[in-house]
Amino acid sequence: MKKEIIIAGFGGQGVLSMGKILAYAGLMDDLEVSWMPSYGPEQRGGTANVTVILSDTPISSPVLDTYDVAVILNQQSLDKFESRVKPGGVLIYDPYGIHHKPTRSDITVYEVNGMDAAIDMKNSKTYNMILLGALLAIVPVVPVESVMKGLQKVLPERHHHLLPLNREAILRGMSLVNGK
Amino acid sequence: MDEEIRLMKGNEAIAHAAIRYGVDGYFGYPITPQSEILETLEELMPWETTGMVVLQAESELAAINMVYGGASTGKAVMTSSSSPGVSLKQEGISYIAAGELPALIINVMRGGPGLGTIQPSQADYFQATKGGGHGDYHLIVLAPSSVQEMADFVCLGFDLAFKYRTPAMILADGIVGQMMEKVRLPKQRARRTDAEIAEQCPWAVTGRPATRKPNIMTTLELESSTMEENNRRLQATYERIRSNEVRYQEYYTDDCDYLIVAFGSIARICLKAIEEARAAGIKVGLIRPITLWPFPTEAIASMAQRVKGILTVEINAGQMVEDVRLAVNGKVPVYYYGRMGGIVPNPSEVIDALYRDFPEINPER
Repeated sequence: MKKEIIIAGFGGQGVLSMGKILAYAGLMDDLEVSWMPSYGPEQRGGTANVTVILSDTPISSPVLDTYDVAVILNQQSLDKFESRVKPGGVLIYDPYGIHHKPTRSDITVYEVNGMDAAIDMKNSKTYNMILLGALLAIVPVVPVESVMKGLQKVLPERHHHLLPLNREAILRGMSLVNGK
Repeated sequence: MDEEIRLMKGNEAIAHAAIRYGVDGYFGYPITPQSEILETLEELMPWETTGMVVLQAESELAAINMVYGGASTGKAVMTSSSSPGVSLKQEGISYIAAGELPALIINVMRGGPGLGTIQPSQADYFQATKGGGHGDYHLIVLAPSSVQEMADFVCLGFDLAFKYRTPAMILADGIVGQMMEKVRLPKQRARRTDAEIAEQCPWAVTGRPATRKPNIMTTLELESSTMEENNRRLQATYERIRSNEVRYQEYYTDDCDYLIVAFGSIARICLKAIEEARAAGIKVGLIRPITLWPFPTEAIASMAQRVKGILTVEINAGQMVEDVRLAVNGKVPVYYYGRMGGIVPNPSEVIDALYRDFPEINPER
């Protein structure tokens, strides 16, 4: 098993931490993991992306040109990464702020209204966990329990009271996919 | 602290490894893309556990001269920076080499010249392997390609630096500094006691006991014949390092018709390209120099006896390719492919470069 995943959107949407939690979940599952961020002047409002690779064999390149799965959270990222999903791969995107929808027919495209769900949960910070839930429902690369264990590692102890909220957000994201 | 497996950035791994190795002092000044080294050390506060000194100096110059001073006393001391900051340190590095002092210098390279960009680069290969500062000296230069090697090479770098009394450098790039991977951190080692340092480093400036003459640390020698002797001694050390410490890794070289030479994180991008090329029936191998100095000249020379051509891939304008050509000595064609300015080639670009330089293997030809 090897999944090469790109998560891309605006800085501030939680793109990098979503990738980090996924990577930690992989670690909990004894997988080989690699987390390669775009780094630099990206901040709130700019673009940010992260490549996460989860594999049961050693990982060669942390830098990729094509991906099994793309999680896309803004138009710029869709423009940049739609063509780079491998044929037969998966593209998950949030339609919020998307003017030109994906057009490829040789990949499976999922539209996930994560932004609406986050507004519904009255907490914009749950956004990336909702998307992560959707990703896990579509590509069950790690079980939710490993994600929760990973979260426990990533979150400093003073934030551990937020773990139930994060679980709720992940499950909400999963139901957005499975409910359809 | 016991051995443990963690997920972290390469820069963070360096900080953790330094504490666990029992390093006595870190002196640095922040610069992207390696600021997490200093930040992690500050966060871990090793001065309260192992007694390691962590100091943000007022400048890169101050930091490298603190390393010079600390190394003179036999302490295990280190500094880290990125390209423009490492340029500032070059005078101090030359002095540390001339003083025959062990120290570890880390360069997490970014794109230059000048202030350049904060994105990854390997454009300081010449600076690291050919001198950098003035005078005839070398650093032992280690090129990590994974977060694990970032941690491992802190330990290896210090071991070699003390073994040969010469500064060692970890020449990393922004990719391996910023990426997160699994890393096995070593067990905590105790820092050496003053008595152990005095015993292991009889040359160090530790306070003169009645039993010996004073140790004087200077790099100034106005008597030319003595200065030539000093140079000969340095060169003899470098010769020993050349014969004992060459390190490299080979991948798919048993049956390869073509060879890629690449170091650091770029070697891994090439490995992915090679896996794809092999799936298409093209037999390509890889040599990844781990020590950039001493360079694996003989390994490459012997590969040149049996491959049809060699491609080096670097994120610079073609620097290591010169050492590869010297090793190959005209036996087979040696080509270069690279990007500059912080752009990192992806695996398909490497395959395209193979097809460009060796059109006979291009299936579309």
